[in-house]
Amino acid sequence: MTLIHFAIFLPVIAAIAIAIIYRYVKDVHLGWFVLPIPAVIVAYLFSLIPSIANNQVFHHTLNLMPRIGLNFDVYIDGLGLLFAILISGIGALVVLYSIGYLSKDEKLGNFYVYLLIFMTAMLGVVLSDNILMLYFFWELTSISSFLLIAFWFTKEKSVYGAQKSMLITFFGGFMMLGGFVILHLITDTFSIREMIANVDLIMASPLTPLAVVLVLLGAFTKSAQFPFYIWLPDAMEAPTPVSAYLHSATMVKAGLYLVARFTPVFAFSELWVWLILVIGLVTLFWASFNAIKQDDLKAILAYSTVSQLGLIMSLLGVGALAVSTGANEQIFTIAVVAAVFHIINHATFKGALFMVAGILDHETGTRSMKKLGGLMTLMPITFTMTLVTALSMAGIPPFNGFLSKELFLEAMFEISNANFSALADWNVLFPILAIVGSIFTFVYSIKLIHGVFFGKRTHDTPKEPHEAPKLLLASPIILSALVIIFGLFPNILSGSIIDPAAMGILGTDTALNTEISHWHGFNNPALWATVAIVVIGTVLYLFRSSWMFIYDYHKEQFTLNHLYDQGLIYSQLGSAKATDGIMSGFLRDYMVYIFGFFVVFGIVTTFYTGLPITFDDFAQVGIQDMALVLIILVSLAIIMMTRSRMVSIIMLGAIGFSMALFFAFFRAPDLALTQLAIETVTTTLFLVCFYHLPKRSKHEESIKFKFTNFIVSVGVGAIVILFGLAAYSNRLFDSISQYHIDNVYDLAAGGNMVNVILVDFRGYDTLMETLVFGIAGIGIYALMKAKVSRKDDDNEEHA
Amino acid sequence: MELITIILSGILIASATYLILSKSVLRIIIGTGILSHGVHLMILTMGQLKRGSVPVLDDAVSTYSDPLPQALILTAIVISFALTAFSLVLLLRNYKELGTDNTEDMKGVPHDD
Repeated sequence: MTLIHFAIFLPVIAAIAIAIIYRYVKDVHLGWFVLPIPAVIVAYLFSLIPSIANNQVFHHTLNLMPRIGLNFDVYIDGLGLLFAILISGIGALVVLYSIGYLSKDEKLGNFYVYLLIFMTAMLGVVLSDNILMLYFFWELTSISSFLLIAFWFTKEKSVYGAQKSMLITFFGGFMMLGGFVILHLITDTFSIREMIANVDLIMASPLTPLAVVLVLLGAFTKSAQFPFYIWLPDAMEAPTPVSAYLHSATMVKAGLYLVARFTPVFAFSELWVWLILVIGLVTLFWASFNAIKQDDLKAILAYSTVSQLGLIMSLLGVGALAVSTGANEQIFTIAVVAAVFHIINHATFKGALFMVAGILDHETGTRSMKKLGGLMTLMPITFTMTLVTALSMAGIPPFNGFLSKELFLEAMFEISNANFSALADWNVLFPILAIVGSIFTFVYSIKLIHGVFFGKRTHDTPKEPHEAPKLLLASPIILSALVIIFGLFPNILSGSIIDPAAMGILGTDTALNTEISHWHGFNNPALWATVAIVVIGTVLYLFRSSWMFIYDYHKEQFTLNHLYDQGLIYSQLGSAKATDGIMSGFLRDYMVYIFGFFVVFGIVTTFYTGLPITFDDFAQVGIQDMALVLIILVSLAIIMMTRSRMVSIIMLGAIGFSMALFFAFFRAPDLALTQLAIETVTTTLFLVCFYHLPKRSKHEESIKFKFTNFIVSVGVGAIVILFGLAAYSNRLFDSISQYHIDNVYDLAAGGNMVNVILVDFRGYDTLMETLVFGIAGIGIYALMKAKVSRKDDDNEEHA
Repeated sequence: MELITIILSGILIASATYLILSKSVLRIIIGTGILSHGVHLMILTMGQLKRGSVPVLDDAVSTYSDPLPQALILTAIVISFALTAFSLVLLLRNYKELGTDNTEDMKGVPHDD
């Protein structure tokens, strides 16, 4: 247990404390008690930056279950530290913001407990080296996200959104676990660092493509990539601080983290590069296209988040080329730098934009673009923040988004130099998708600024708009300031955190010495692409009314949401139908399932392993034995045939007494005696019951019913005989009987071995047997004596 | 001999299965009784039959028949008796309450919550 382990678990410990004290805190907002926790963690993490910047890594082990490889190994390199700082830093700002956003009447105890659990989970995801622990924390983030989306659980939409996010992310998480298990099978380790060391094993394995797909399913569902992004817009039902924190700045980036972390493991795989690159770009394009038509401020931001995640995802795809192709390494390294830089930038500008959306919601009472307008003079600070952050999102200089966007475009142009798979043949496709996606991004960013703050005031807002209180403004102001600072002085980041993180993704120790510059000269294609984006984007925005009709072609029944809803409905119907079909409520059907499974299982086993049976080593058969066998067979036949219950009871007795004789012949006098006594009592009991039973009972059984029963019974009998013979022919172990025979006198001072085994060697069995007997006795007594009071006597329909 | 007892116990178990699958509760109980007979015979056979003498310590005897299956069966006989007795009383009570000994009539109304 080191300090860093403690830092990871600090939020959960605090959550327990919050759960206890929140009842007693009435006068002060509960958020003030929570705020110090992420602040302390972020301060601690900042203290690690100098050593990380010197290419140091930290590795601490905490053994949990070492024999199965489940250890809580913390591994901090630049990548992990970057995410951890984002999680705790944005976390602190979000808690501060939530103090202004959520009133004291809300269920603050729940809110902060969930939020703190999320913090621990997320820190665990990005700092664990052990993939089992990573999976554990990964699912914990899904659970806390579920709880936070459903925070206003009385609203139907919240519950719908929470369920949707849970189903999709849990599906992906479970697939990812499958991928992890395959990786473990290949490399025999759960440690990511050891997997990187054994990458040649992974390259050689035929299972690797499956592992790639499964791990990517986890990453794509979590990071809301096409076609799984549909949960993120619905997750916007969560309180805005949650949207800013989980669904924009941190949790949805877990998928990016996973891809980045596994880049050194999978970069050689063509499948990996293609999937990430294409899915990322398609997501960028599709989500930015759809963001424009949204009316709800948070919906625009949700689609925008999806598209920006796609952008970073595709950058990681290009970055993988730096690992897999030696030749053009320098060119593709820039993509990794761009990815890391954009993760930081997106967290700052999108976090701020979400907070602004929350402020607008809070101060005007609506998030609908139609109702908002002309707020520039009424809310000047909010307007300034929106201007800075939205322009950064659009990729306009001098803000930080411009720098990473330009690096992104540059990386997409560089794909034409890739000497990998067939990437170079498709080199036109990637820049075009990137530019078109960026144009749409520009359009909705402008729409956000123009639609809300310019134009005429609508006076449709439920509340009279005014500037927000300082408490609400503090967090977005800090983030907006960072947008400007990172935009003007990007190199304060590049040496300290971007380079170490990029080196972590690439899995290299050689320093990168990145210099991010604003100006790359006139012959840089990215510059002209930016110019084109601004020009075309402006034109599209000005003439938006003349092309918005194309959205009407995308009909409701062809959307992914429709597919999801229908899938949910039909899977529920299907499972209900299947359950009703199997669970008939009729005892016999269940017995058929059990026996039928036994038969099928037996046949399959026999088929696959074979049953070696030898017919020797049998004892002599005497005439008396044959007589007993005959008696038993005849009695059985009579039981099967007769309709008289009296006869079948007597025949059952005959079988019992024959068994007693068998025991006597087979040198088991104790058994014979017991069987005789018990059989007498049983037969008596049957006869007593017979007296009370109905004279006649109707049991019409159809031919089909009887035939099924017959087939199943014959199958069971045949399997029993086969297995019995096989077990008799093959003795895999020495019997323990000889031990009992040898020691019966020395250890237990008895002569009758059966008795000694019962009361001494296996005395506890016998003790428990008396317990069973006692329970049966109590049950019988209760059944005889207990009176059942029935409430619904009228509903009796039996004769 | 072992071949015969194994086949016999297979027949006993097959008949017991058939009885257990029927609709009459009494036949089901008879089936469980026969099932336990079949199983006892099978267990006893696994310890080999008619080898050595009765498993009671005796200086004159060098080989004994296997005592372990006998001990197991002794327990099983008593337990199966407890089961039979309990099922019989359950059948009686059930008949008094529901007026039927047909399992098909006993199933509850689906979705009656």
